[in-house]
Parts: sequence; C-alpha cells; structure tokens
Amino acid sequence: MKTLRYSPEHLTSNRRLFWIAAALGIIMMAPVAWIIGLSFKDNAELLRGTEAVFSLPYTLVNYTNILKSSSVFGWFMNSMIVAVGQTFGVLLLSSLAGYAFARLEFPFRKTLFIIVLFGLAVPEQAVIIARHQMFNWFDLHNTHIGLILPNLSSAFGVFLMTQFFRAIPKEIDEAAMLDNASTFRIFWKVLLPLTLPAQATLGIFTFLQAWNDYWWPLISATKADMYTLTIGIASSQTNFAQSEGLGFLGAQAVFASLPVVIVYIFFQRHIVTAVSGGAVK
Amino acid sequence: MAESYRRSRWSNGLFVVPYLSVFLTLLVFPLGWGIWLSLNKVDLFGGERFIGLKNYARVLSDPIFGQAVKNTVIFVGVSVPTLVILGLFLALALNKTTKGSSFLRGVFFASSILSVTIVTLIWRIVFIPNDGLMSLIFNYFGWQPIGFLSTQGWSLFSVGVATVWWCIGLPMMLFLAALQQIPKDLYEAAALDNATRWRVLTRITLPSIKSTIMLVAVIQVVMQFQLFGQAQLMTNGGPAGSSRPIVMYIYEVGFLRWDIGMGAAASQILFLIILCAAMLQYWISTRKEEADA
Repeated sequence: MKTLRYSPEHLTSNRRLFWIAAALGIIMMAPVAWIIGLSFKDNAELLRGTEAVFSLPYTLVNYTNILKSSSVFGWFMNSMIVAVGQTFGVLLLSSLAGYAFARLEFPFRKTLFIIVLFGLAVPEQAVIIARHQMFNWFDLHNTHIGLILPNLSSAFGVFLMTQFFRAIPKEIDEAAMLDNASTFRIFWKVLLPLTLPAQATLGIFTFLQAWNDYWWPLISATKADMYTLTIGIASSQTNFAQSEGLGFLGAQAVFASLPVVIVYIFFQRHIVTAVSGGAVK
Repeated sequence: MAESYRRSRWSNGLFVVPYLSVFLTLLVFPLGWGIWLSLNKVDLFGGERFIGLKNYARVLSDPIFGQAVKNTVIFVGVSVPTLVILGLFLALALNKTTKGSSFLRGVFFASSILSVTIVTLIWRIVFIPNDGLMSLIFNYFGWQPIGFLSTQGWSLFSVGVATVWWCIGLPMMLFLAALQQIPKDLYEAAALDNATRWRVLTRITLPSIKSTIMLVAVIQVVMQFQLFGQAQLMTNGGPAGSSRPIVMYIYEVGFLRWDIGMGAAASQILFLIILCAAMLQYWISTRKEEADA
C-alpha cells in the first residue's frame, strides 16, 4: 500500500494564493467604497478636504438632489425604454431565427448561418459611420427607436439561441408533429416554453449591454433630453468637481448603477452563463 | 405528417426573415456602405465624389493617427498579458466551492457589469489631484503626489488600470469554466506519483486549458483594440495626445471634424488591424500545438 504525500485536492488548492486573491479583492473594492462614502457626504464639507469621508456626519442630501433634478430622472427613463425595448427585440428575433437554424430545413440554411456567424466578427467601429448616415436619412437620431435598432442586428443572440434549441431532445417536436401541430405552433407552444432559462440568460445579457452602451448613444442622442443615463453622466463629468461637487457625482454613479447591480445580485448565475457559455462553446 | 415537418421547405425560412432583414440593413449594408464612403470625398450635405484610396493615404500619413496606433499597440501589449495572467491567477486561487471563494469571484466579476461612464467616474475621483483616493494614500505615506491623468507616461497607464479593473471578470470566469472541465482522475494519478504542486500546474493544469488561454487572449486583443470610452472620459486623449487610441481618432475625425470619408477609412484600417491581430494569434497558437505534437 502506497501512502500519498499529497491528496489530489491539496495539489490544486493553495491557501496562500487564496489570501493573495483576498487582498486583491480589497484593492478591487476600495474605489467603490470610496465613491459610496463620498456620495453620503455634504459637498461643502468635501470641498475643504476629502479626508472628511472617514468621519461623521453623513447625509442623504445628494440622493434627494438627484430625485429633484429632473434631467437625471429623464435619462434614467430613456435608458429603461432603450434597454427593455432592445431586450425584447433581441429575444424575439433570436428565438425565431435560432429555432429555424437549429430545427428546420430550408434552402440555403447552412450558408445563411455561416454568413450570420461572420457577423460576429464585425466590430461596431467598422459600421458606425455608415449607420450614422443612414439614420440621418430617415431622421431617426434623437429618437428611442433610433437608439434601440442598431444592436438588434447583433449575431450573438442568434448564435446563442441556436445552441439552446439544438440542445432540446428531438423526440419532443416529433411527438408534437404526430398531433398535427403546425410548425409555428410547435415553436410557440411546445419548444419556446422549454427555452425559458435560455431566454432569461440572453435577456439579462442584452439588458446589461444596452444599459451600458456608450458609443452609439453618444453620437445618436445629441439632445440633452434624449440622453441615456450613460451619456448624461458622461456629460456631467466634463465640468468635473467644480459645479456639482464630488458627493453629488458619487451619488449619480451609485444611482445609475443600481439597476444593473440589482440585476447582478439576483441573476449572477445567468450572467456568468451568458458571458462564459457563449464564448467557450 | 412528421415527414413534412422534416422536409426542406421555403416556408420554414420565414422564421429567419425578421432577423435577416435587420442583419442585412443594419450590419451588412453599413459595412459595405462604410467601405464605399472610405473611397469617397463626402460632403456633409449629400454628395460623394470617388477619390480612390486618397482617404487611406491621408490617414496613414497623419502623424496623429500614427501616434494613436502606437498608443493603442502599447496599451494592448500591456493590458492583454496583464488580464490573462491576473485572470488565470484568480481562477487558480478561487477554484474552490467555499463561501469565501464564491464571494471573491462575485467581487472580481462585479465591475464588468458597470458602464464605462461609471467606471471612469469612479477612477477619475480616485485619481484627481489633491482630493483623490490616490493623493490621500500618497500623502499618508509622505510621497510626492502624481497628477496621474495629466502627466505624460502616467495617463495611458491610468487608463490601463481602470481598464484592467473593469475587464478582469470575464477572463477569470472563462478560466474557471475551463479548470472545472479538467478530469479529476488526472490529479488523482498525479497524487499517486507524489507530484509537487508546481509540476501539477505546469504539466497538467496549464496544458489542459491551453486552448482557453488562447481564446481569452484573442477575445481581449479584439476588445482592447477598441479602447475608447475610458480614454475619452478620463484623459480626453491627453496630455498632448499621449493617450489617444485609434477609436478616439475615428470619433474625432468622423464625428467632431465631420470628415466622413477619412473617418470611414480609419475605421476600415482598424477593422483590418483587429482581424490580423486575431488571426496572427490564432495562427501562432495552432503552429505551436503542431510543434508540440
């Protein structure tokens, strides 16, 4: 009987590495703690020196100022409309296309799928100038629909949904076929409900992307009342620190991140599946 | 009946029509139109005049573009290895089922969900002279404070710090997913052989996730070449253009100077650079694998 010097678990885990990672985690969180601290401080007090963060008193005045300031709230609503609209659009288009690519036969199916996959390789920069011109022709700048449309063309959703539909056992639609169900009925009543977890994954991922989108809203939404929250916050950064004060800026950052942080806390597992699953497979 | 479901039919293709029409109008057409624009002198109020490759010549001979390419290459060259090595380290350290590990995984991934404006807002307030977190720390230790965002040499570095902070979650998660797919019996066999941790890491773990390391590197090269928001918002490309990346050059030429033809040419050049970089990396990795085999 041979005795083991090391167990298999011992070989792959290392306490020292864990503590180094924990220390890095503290460095990782420090900037966020700093901003949250500032957001609860009176701006006049911060002007005399930001060490004030480490001592009482704290105040909610920056947050009440945000709720009073009409523009931040309007930007928030714009972001909501764009992100929700884009999410539903992507889910609808990707589910329909993913179903057909994965389960049905039609002429040029393989060719079309390969062309769509090539779409994954096109970065936004390569198309953004032409897109900007096209949206000019149709007067779509500074509209919600103009902010929603471009990302509906992303091939990622189609790619992901095709994978998910392929994973459903073939017997399920074969059973439905025997009941004389139409192709659309099989899709809508039988298969779509089975993809709900996948819908959640893709939906959350799309929502986050839309909420955080920067370049397209920057050039398309040029009127202040059509800004999304991302662009609005960027615009208040340009006259940094002088006008509103660090506390107010900090509170803006916290307020703007609340929706994604809430989504993250509740759906962390889905988000991780979406970002890593899509890439590994 | 079942036969007709499986048969190839034009009507089945209707399911892909909605997506394909969006795909064609908003991706394929603008891609072609963008290439066409890059070959034209474009007036803002309609009218293009074909001038061949002159826009490309103008971009390539523009010293500002040259500087932007240099900045971007340096940025990619430093940030991508940092993200790969740090991501791999975190994945190795946190590949456990304990509560502490899962909490830390959540911490390191959390920053990836923030928007670029929030990330830059946070880091600007960390880096501002006199009042920033960095100045407080420097003062505490009695060091001379640095104007991180306004000093040549430091500005691009600061943008890089914010970027690594923002992007580290994805490499870590991809490496974790790969580590969990390594068969357990490999480690049991290593334990029987009384292998050391270092040998296990270099002979089993790293070779098993080689393709993921490559994947992460390619994803990050493609992403980091597109650096834009962080630089624009933190340093506005300054001082003296020392942190201006290629995408910011495209933005300035195309949307601030409204030289659409030249902007389109610059964006096609970037597209080409990204494509080549990704393919080069892929080629190197496959060649190495063949050499190993």
